[in-house]
Parts: sequence; C-alpha cells; structure tokens
Amino acid sequence: MTADKGELILKLRGVSKQFGAVTALKDIELDVHAGEVVALVGDNGAGKSTLIKVLAGVHQPTEGTIEWCGKPVSLDSPGTALELGIATVFQDLALCENLDVVSNLFLGHEINPWQLDEVQMEVRAWTLLRELAARIPSVREPIASLSGGQRQTVAIARSLLLDPKIIMLDEPTAALGVAQTAEVLNLIERVRDRGHGVILISHNMEDVRAVADRIVVLRLGQNNGVFTNETSHQELVAAITGASENSVSRRMARKQEEAV
Amino acid sequence: MTNISDQLDREDSRVRHDQGIGGAVRAFLDRVKSGDLGMLPVFIGLLLISVVFSSLNPVFLAPNNLVNLLFDAAAIGLISLGVVCVLLLGEIDLSIGSMSGLASALIGVLWVNAGLPWPFAVVLAVLAGAAVGLLYGFLRNKFEMPSFVATLAGLLALLGLQLYLLGSTGSINLPYTSTLVKFGQIMIMPAWLSYICALLPGAVIVYTGMNTNNRRRAANLSSPGMSVVFAKAIIITVALVFCVYYLELGRGVPWMFAVFTVFVIALEYALRRTKWGRSMFAVGGNAEAARRSGINVRGIRMSAFMICSAFASLGGVFAASRLASASQQAGTGDVNLNAIAAAVIGGTSLFGGRGSAWSALLGVIVIQAISNGLTLLNLSSSLRYMITGAVLAIAVIVDSLARRSRASHGRA
Ligand SMILES: Nc1ncnc2c1ncn2[C@@H]1O[C@H](COP(=O)(O)OP(=O)(O)OP(=O)(O)O)[C@@H](O)[C@H]1O
Ligand SMILES: [Mg+2]
Repeated sequence: MTADKGELILKLRGVSKQFGAVTALKDIELDVHAGEVVALVGDNGAGKSTLIKVLAGVHQPTEGTIEWCGKPVSLDSPGTALELGIATVFQDLALCENLDVVSNLFLGHEINPWQLDEVQMEVRAWTLLRELAARIPSVREPIASLSGGQRQTVAIARSLLLDPKIIMLDEPTAALGVAQTAEVLNLIERVRDRGHGVILISHNMEDVRAVADRIVVLRLGQNNGVFTNETSHQELVAAITGASENSVSRRMARKQEEAV
Repeated sequence: MTNISDQLDREDSRVRHDQGIGGAVRAFLDRVKSGDLGMLPVFIGLLLISVVFSSLNPVFLAPNNLVNLLFDAAAIGLISLGVVCVLLLGEIDLSIGSMSGLASALIGVLWVNAGLPWPFAVVLAVLAGAAVGLLYGFLRNKFEMPSFVATLAGLLALLGLQLYLLGSTGSINLPYTSTLVKFGQIMIMPAWLSYICALLPGAVIVYTGMNTNNRRRAANLSSPGMSVVFAKAIIITVALVFCVYYLELGRGVPWMFAVFTVFVIALEYALRRTKWGRSMFAVGGNAEAARRSGINVRGIRMSAFMICSAFASLGGVFAASRLASASQQAGTGDVNLNAIAAAVIGGTSLFGGRGSAWSALLGVIVIQAISNGLTLLNLSSSLRYMITGAVLAIAVIVDSLARRSRASHGRA
C-alpha cells in the first residue's frame, strides 16, 4: 500500500554508528517515500535519535550507504542535509537562547544576508506560527523567556521554513498542549499530502497510529520489524520490548484481574 | 491607526504593548530590572569619574584635556573592538597587546628601515595580524585548543618576534613630518565637518525609523510610532552637538578618534544587520545549535580571531603613530588588560553571545578617563594598575550578576 505512494526519496542500507564501545546503530535499513509518514518507535536508548542525527548530518555513520532520490550521498554536515531538503526537529530542540524567535527561525537562512530584512522575516514568522496554532506572545523576546512547549513549536516552525522534502520530528509533541498536538498531527498530514516525506519519532502509540503509514521498530540499535497502523497494540509493544511477556502486558493483565 | 487586534503581532492579550515615549521608557526600565543593563553602567561610571576627578583637579574636564583623552583612546579602542568579536563567541585573545606591539615594530622596520611607503607597511602589518588570527582559529578548530592557552602562547611568541625585529637598537623613531605621525599627534577634523558628523546619526535614525515604520505598517505589523524615533534622534543629536561644541573650545575632534568611530559603526552594522553578525551571536549563544542550523561554525570562529588580531595590529599602528616610535615597550604593560577591560566595561559579556561594538567605544573612554585622571593627580603607575584592575573586577562582577538576574528573568 505504501510503495505506490510516491517515489523513493531516502534509502538507507546497512547503516551503523559506533560511539566508542557503544554500538548505537547496527545494520539499519530504512526507506522513506514521498507522501508517506514513517513512524520510528522503540524503547529509550533504542537509537532513534541517533538515526535521525545521522540523517541530519550531525553524526557521521561508521558504515553503510545513504541514497537520496536514487543517488548515493554523504551527509557530512548539517548544512548538506538542509540543502538536500532534510529538515529536523531535534529532541533537544537546538535553539539559541540568547536570540529572539525570529532570529532562531531564520538562523542560517536569513533573508537578505547583507542587510537583514527584519520586517519580512517577522511577517513570515507570524504566518508560520499561526499555522501551528502557536501561543507565542512576542517573536521579539529571546527564546530563554519561552515555555517548553512554545520552544518546541518554534523548533517545528523552523523545520518548515525551507519547504523541505523530508521532515524528521524527534518527539515533537512531548511538551505540547492538546490543541497544539492536534495541530502538529494535522500539520504532519498536510505535509504528507503535499507529497513530502515525514519521519516521526514518538512514544505515544495513539499519535503514531493516527498518522503513520508505516511503523518502523528499532530495538537495541537494530531493525525489529515494520508494521502498519492495523497492527495490534500488543504486537507492537512486543516488538518494541522484544518479548510478548513484558512489563506492559503484565500490567495489563494485572489491571484486568483487578477489574474482574 | 488600524484596529490593534488585527495586527499580526498583537493577538496575544497577555502582552502589554508599550506605545509611544512613555512605553519606551517603561520597556527600558523593565529591561534594566531584569538584568539587561546594556550601556547603563557605563554612563553611570562616566558620570562618577567626571565628578570625582574634576573635583580633585578641574583640568580634567578642560576641553583640551578631553581632546588628548580621545587621541589616547583611539589605539586601545581599536584593539578592544577586536576583543568584542572574540568575546561574542565566548573566546578570548590574550595576545592582543603583543600583536599590537609587533605591528608597531613592523611599521618601524618596513617603513623606516626598509623604506617602503607607509600605507604599504600599514597594510602588511594588518595582514600579519590577520594571519596570526588565522593560526589561532586553526588551532581552535583543528585541535580544540582553548583559545586562552593558544593566545597565551601567542603572547610570548609575538613579543619575542617584536623584540627580535627591533634588534639591538630597541626602538625606531618615526619621522615627525610624516602624515602617519601627524595623524597620531595633531590632525584635527575641520569644525564644519565635525558638526556635520554630529548631525548625521540623528538624521540616519529618523530616516531608518521612518522606513521601518512604513514597512511595518504596510506588512500589518505594529509600529512603535515616530515619537520614540524623534525623541531618540533629538537626544542623540543634542548630546553629540554639545560634545563637538565643547571639544571645539579646545583643539577639536581628532581624526584618529573619528576613524576609530567609523570602524565601530561598521562593526556594529556587521554584527546587527548582516547574516555574519547573526551567526556570531548564534555561535556565542549555542555553538551546537548554530552548527545544526547549517552555520559554518569553524568559519565564524576563524573570522572572529582574524578580525581580532587585525584590529589589534591596526591599534598597534595607531599607538605607534601616537608615540611617533616603535619601541620594545609598545603593547606591553597594561595594554592587554585595558583592551579587554574596555570591552567588558562597555557591556560585552565574557560568557559569549551578548555585546556590541559600542561597548568598545564607551568602555575605552571609561578606561582612558580613569588613566588620564590618575595621571593628572600625579599618581604613580603602580596605583594606576591597581585601580584599573579593580575597575575590571567590578565590571566582571556586574556582568556575572546581570547574567544571573537575566537567567532568572528568562532573558538568556
Ligand atoms: N554522542 C553520544 N556519545 C556516546 N553515546 C551516545 C551518544 N548519543 C547516543 N549515544 C548512545 O546511543 C544509544 C542510543 O541513543 P539515542 O539517543 O539514539 O536513543 P533514543 O532511541 O533516541 O532514546 P529516547 O527514546 O530516550 O530518546 C544510547 O545507548 C546512548 O547512550
Ligand atoms: Mg531520542
């Protein structure tokens, strides 16, 4: 069902990443098509963020090939990835606290490099933030004065700025309110309908099922199956934790017993 | 005025939107309370210094003494301007004094001894500075060498090179009749030009203010209104015209200081209004975030070290022309400390990510005023060192306290 969605934009084969003695990723395979939402799920420390950072050019893979639109590429710096059209919302957001919202949104891609066009940037900032139903009092305050959710919204808005081909969101809704979470999910669907690819990392299975076309499970740095949103909850949890008998199923069983 | 809630940036009812002059004053007070002191400590400091020194010795405020003060301030000011660039990145350059001394030695050797035309010698000295900065940037980028270690090594190495160049004679006198020495000792702007220069900033403020206001209104953004712009322009114009008038009672405005001011304005523009400047603040605030935004962090670091050393060289050239000699003492003693102190006193943070080119200008006037005042009181240099050291310590304490206060007020 996904293969006919669109052409293959991103193809990873045998990607590994080693941090000294720690193997964070081993032999990872991942495909992303145009107009497709791929959810990346897994336990804490499974290597999801590391994979995203490899694709964002933040970390260099130890091994493996990355193909972009059929051509092998080397993502040797964040700039390269951004130029190709890979935008990222990092788990730690990566905002400059001393700069205001507008400066952060346009960081590295300012309008008119020799005489910054503050007015145009501010207008564009408000339009982007409005699309996300952002609750931000002023775009001229430094990021340091914003709440966690507001910062997350700014980071998401920034990833949309360059109209990327693929956008990667690392737990984008972790700190968001109800309305803002819904807006982000809407946004993910809008981005997909525009024919772009989305990689979504989330621990919230409800959100994942709501928007994902495919669910890729990572476990201990390795691929552990690809599922669709029709897969049952138990099956998914089993793939994430690596056993059908796990703390989640035990807890469920206990609750059922108590109910009886 | 359009309906306020229609404007793009006026939708959130929780924010107080300050309008007009009263609003501007209120916003300023809020900023100060939250630890965003800006230039305030400098003005208070200058006021204190003037009152204390002029009561001890009325000559302090005499027009010609102030003219001399400006002559003396230009060289250190230029060096301090470079320091602002490295401080913005949270780095430091401790070799600026040695670099300025080396540059003055280069002027002596290339111009007086080797007979090159002086403009040529100046350009070569500045290029030598940029090359040293390139080396520091390389050491920082390639080996992650903390800049204070690299530049501490540079301090000794450059001083050695300076002594080597000056050789056995120890100092080279520059010819008194040359333009370069006249520039450092007697050249004064014509009065009419000084007054025009004093009027210019006000005119520019009104012009850009009007432009911004119109563009913001056209883009459906709130505009602060022209009253604030006019008030600002009038205050600045009156202050500048008074300064020029007062200096004209003496010899007038030194060209040396005017050239320094032009560099300050150029750097301020580059820092506030260009992509390069934005990247400087970003790298100083959060280098990893800047890198992930696609900014060439290494390139930015490199540029900052190069600009710093180049300004230090130019400052050394100014100092040589002021003293009409290239000596072994040039750039030693308190030059390093004074240049760094000036930047910090002017409000550039040692912690990176905050500051402005103006801090070099205002800070150097404070430093030079203290040194000038103490000299008028016939105090020995030992006491001068101690007092300047104490002033630097106070400036750093103010910086740290303001930083803590900003953190608790969410202003980074
Ligand atoms: N810079 C690094 N240096 C060394 N080890 C690292 C580094 N970054 C990640 N790791 C290791 O790689 C593994 C995977 O980490 P990663 O951040 O990718 O997990 P994650 O799946 O995103 O987890 P979470 O759900 O908690 O965000 C962890 O064991 C972590 O300790
Ligand atoms: Mg993670």
